[in-house]
Amino acid sequence: MSDQPVIRISGLRKTYGDLAAVDGVSFEVRRGEIFGLVGPNGAGKTTTIECLEGLRQADGGEIQVLGLDPRRDGPALREKIGAQLQESALPDRIRVWEALDLFASFYAHSVPWEPLLEQLGLSEKRNAAFGKLSGGQKQRLFIALALVNDPALVFFDELSTGLDPQARRSMWDFIRAVRSAGKTVFLTTHYMEEAERLCDRVAVIDHGRLAALDTPENLIRGLGAENRVVFSTEAPVDPGMFRALPGVTRVEPVGERTIVYGRDDRLVVEVVNALSLDRIKFRDLRTEQADLEDVFLALTGREMRG
Amino acid sequence: MRGFWKLALTELKLYIREPIASFFTLAFPIMLLVLFGNIYGNKPNAFFGGLGFVDTSVPAYTAIIIGTTGLISLAISVASQREKGVLRRYKATPLRPLAFLGAQVITLYLMTAGGMVLLILTGKILYHLRFAGNVLNVWTGFTLSCAAFFALGFVLAGLMPTARSAQVAAMILYYPMMFLSGAAIPREVLPAGVRSFAKFLPMTPVVNLLRGLWNGDGWTGHGGDVLFLAGITLVFSLIAARTFRWE
Repeated sequence: MSDQPVIRISGLRKTYGDLAAVDGVSFEVRRGEIFGLVGPNGAGKTTTIECLEGLRQADGGEIQVLGLDPRRDGPALREKIGAQLQESALPDRIRVWEALDLFASFYAHSVPWEPLLEQLGLSEKRNAAFGKLSGGQKQRLFIALALVNDPALVFFDELSTGLDPQARRSMWDFIRAVRSAGKTVFLTTHYMEEAERLCDRVAVIDHGRLAALDTPENLIRGLGAENRVVFSTEAPVDPGMFRALPGVTRVEPVGERTIVYGRDDRLVVEVVNALSLDRIKFRDLRTEQADLEDVFLALTGREMRG
Repeated sequence: MRGFWKLALTELKLYIREPIASFFTLAFPIMLLVLFGNIYGNKPNAFFGGLGFVDTSVPAYTAIIIGTTGLISLAISVASQREKGVLRRYKATPLRPLAFLGAQVITLYLMTAGGMVLLILTGKILYHLRFAGNVLNVWTGFTLSCAAFFALGFVLAGLMPTARSAQVAAMILYYPMMFLSGAAIPREVLPAGVRSFAKFLPMTPVVNLLRGLWNGDGWTGHGGDVLFLAGITLVFSLIAARTFRWE
């Protein structure tokens, strides 16, 4: 049983009129992993996650979530999963503790909610009305609600949208802690950095189809993309001095800046050595590596944003 | 029905915290009673068939409360919870639709009953309100009236896409009823033409039934009112069951 995938979907389809929002997506999610579904807005992420949660009825394909079919066993499945939805709300005048107390009462099995408030930094807000909370506080309350039934599987849909970078980082730490507590995490995001830092495996979805599925490292490596070393010098340097270095593919002078492209992991060492050897003073040296953003660009021919 | 009682308790607290809703349910009817009670008093009067103004107004104003909770509060609250995504969030839990609907009904029923009790107490204390009926009969008539108006409210909540449109639709139905059914203005004052038109408004049988039962009528003279209200309850509950949506 423990080797069984937590989620298994095969040929998932969901159409709205003529538009196929999800068009034959198949994948498996393993127990205890953080699985990310990434793609631009409108790619079919939310439709997919909502078919898994049983909020939407898939039109075709096989779906198994914790061994249940969301289309047939909705109530039994919802006992065992937690869900933070992309668009939802609570009554403005409900207090934080009342919301947790209320949602805990919906489940056959629930955990004490005070520790959840503590972990999410909401203890001081326990008597605050939902309508008076900031965006980040509301989001944290929704996470607490998603965990109040001690679910085996938690869904987070666009969790960090609208959070500032610092809040986003602490959210990542929290999600890692959720996974460490033995839960499986399924999330969607359109922040590639988030998927890269947080997810064990990433499924890239575009136009309702699965474009790629692997660990972030493998996806980036599979791209065979060049690394870049960028630096500035007081006088223009001769690009020729770098071309002979091992792994260098091309050199691009841009005014006083120089960009050296290459595939070797030691690229930066080679470039610095060459500069030192010729006693060339340089500053602002940095390396740029391919990331999931480049993977997405390569897979779909489009920027993620825009 | 897990979650039902906790949700009902929460809804009750939320209702009381909503100043406009609790004002119109609890305070506004008392204000009407005190305003007109001070003008007309509660002396027995041949115009009201030997009853006082307050004796006829307490059951009639109860119809106003039922209209406020059943039509306006219910339709706006459910439509707004759907519009904002509160119902979506409930849908992602094991909470059953019937438990949600039941919690709305019991909350509104208790609030309506609370409004009626305050009205009766005000009438008793300030105007020596008379009661010639049977408590069980009045309670039954009150419950049937609530059932009819809650069914109407649920249909409105299901049909109207937003809180705003639910509010507008509820107001359009509510105000003519309030003034023409004999609820806000005693039917004895209304012209015959208005009264014959008002026979078709759902608040009219509520006013007739509650006034009658309060002042000692049996059920026999009110078969038409009971049938009208039971019919509304049945038909609109069936429609509501088909039109209710979580999102």
